[in-house]
Amino acid sequence: MLAIQDLTKIYPNGTHALHAFSLDIQNGEVIAVIGGSGCGKSTLLRLLSGLETPNTGSIALRGRILKEPDALVNIVFQEPRLFPWLTVAQNVGFGLKHLPADERSDIISQVLARLGLGGFEDRWPKELSGGQAQRVSLARAIVTKPSVLLLDEPFSALDAMTREDLQSHLIDLWQDLGSTLVLVTHDIEEAVFMADRVIVMRPFPGRIFQDVRIDLPRPRNRMNSGFTELRRELSDLLALSLIPEKSNGPILHRLG
Amino acid sequence: MALLEAVVPKRNEAIAPVRRALPLRLSSWRPLIIALIFPLAVLLTWELGVRHGLIGGRLMPPPSRIFETLRQLAVSGELGAHIGVTLQRVLIGFTGGAVAGTVIGALTGSSQAISRILDPTLQALRAIPSIAWVPLFILWFGIFEASKIALIAVGVFFPVYLGVHGAILAVDRRIVEVGRVFRLSRLQLVGRILLPSILPNYVLALRSGLGLGWMFVVAAEFMGASEGLGYLLVDGQQLGKPDQIIAAIIVFAVIGKLTDSILLIATAPLLVWQDVHQGKR
Repeated sequence: MLAIQDLTKIYPNGTHALHAFSLDIQNGEVIAVIGGSGCGKSTLLRLLSGLETPNTGSIALRGRILKEPDALVNIVFQEPRLFPWLTVAQNVGFGLKHLPADERSDIISQVLARLGLGGFEDRWPKELSGGQAQRVSLARAIVTKPSVLLLDEPFSALDAMTREDLQSHLIDLWQDLGSTLVLVTHDIEEAVFMADRVIVMRPFPGRIFQDVRIDLPRPRNRMNSGFTELRRELSDLLALSLIPEKSNGPILHRLG
Repeated sequence: MALLEAVVPKRNEAIAPVRRALPLRLSSWRPLIIALIFPLAVLLTWELGVRHGLIGGRLMPPPSRIFETLRQLAVSGELGAHIGVTLQRVLIGFTGGAVAGTVIGALTGSSQAISRILDPTLQALRAIPSIAWVPLFILWFGIFEASKIALIAVGVFFPVYLGVHGAILAVDRRIVEVGRVFRLSRLQLVGRILLPSILPNYVLALRSGLGLGWMFVVAAEFMGASEGLGYLLVDGQQLGKPDQIIAAIIVFAVIGKLTDSILLIATAPLLVWQDVHQGKR
């Protein structure tokens, strides 16, 4: 279980990005986090990945407190962030330096084939399209077999067709790997398609607004009436989450 | 048909493995030919002017005499010996300065603490005109090889240090974060991310370092050498042989350019991954 307790993050410039965020995530669960800008959803992932340290609160993975980047946690960013001086295979194998070379290249070829990039081993990142680069980035994260895979709007820069293709690929991989996924997105359809639970956040400072369970069977059909129903419900919730609370005085609150 | 295929780029050429053809077409030589017109005209005027007594050739020897001097120096084996000595000084000094510049630049670039301690001092030292070290180096290291190589190394050190230090500071935070996610140690971060990502800037820094190395070898050989291309310059001045001076200058130009090209060719394989706007290198 990934136990997030009371997480608060205030950046040095005074931005109160996340406030008392608590969430228990079961092993192998897919969590989607949605919310307007400034709701702290990216901050949440940066804290979970160990790239930022919280002001208060704790993150525990299977009872072990995480304080810095952990071998069992990996992340895919919004941009592929590939190393341009390494080939595709070398990028994917970046976290596998400890393995013997032939074992490493076996794993790399398998994952690349799995993601539809078989034969791309010796390409340079500059030769890839946006979707291909993001797949390499995904491959680089999953070859380390993380217990928790964080995804920070990983498909948002891609066109609709590539995006849906990658979402299906990712769900396939997840069913094999059994990793816990925490997916930050602004795409409600993506959240409903992927997640077991959708966390709707509220901004200024970032907090949980609603925790919505998605009980649709997999593989999910985007045209299904249950699917569209949930989409509408979440879209209403998202709109509600953006209305400033009256008690604080709407204008002052927005400025604060 | 074959002609058409050669001219029209194939659609899948970007994906196919890059084949480098070196087309030796006349049009690619045209800029070179145009660029040569002016200097050749000057040389010709000079030569003819001296031959016809319009220009005094004693202090301004004509090209033919300079090449004759070069030829004699080469035939007697003197030229080769002088080039060898100078080249050796530059290479040793360059290696020392470049290694020191790389290591210290990597240290100050990757650690804020080390940078705070070392960088201000190094910047202050950099402000000293390097020739100012000459008397001190002679006192410390004597008048033979050590002081010369030390001066060249100092000259090479600063551009390399500055290049490495500055380029590491400019490495994209997002790439460094990936290294942190993969839990690289500081040393691994330097070796696996920081240094590779600055390679293009590094090559540039090495080239300017090498250029300064050639500059400083002349200064070093002015301060009392009995061999080397710089010695040929001093000797030519003292014995009133302008043709020898110009011959040595020409050799400096050729060898300086040659070593730069070698550096460029040797480092090219390290940079094939670059996504530059002038795609073909």
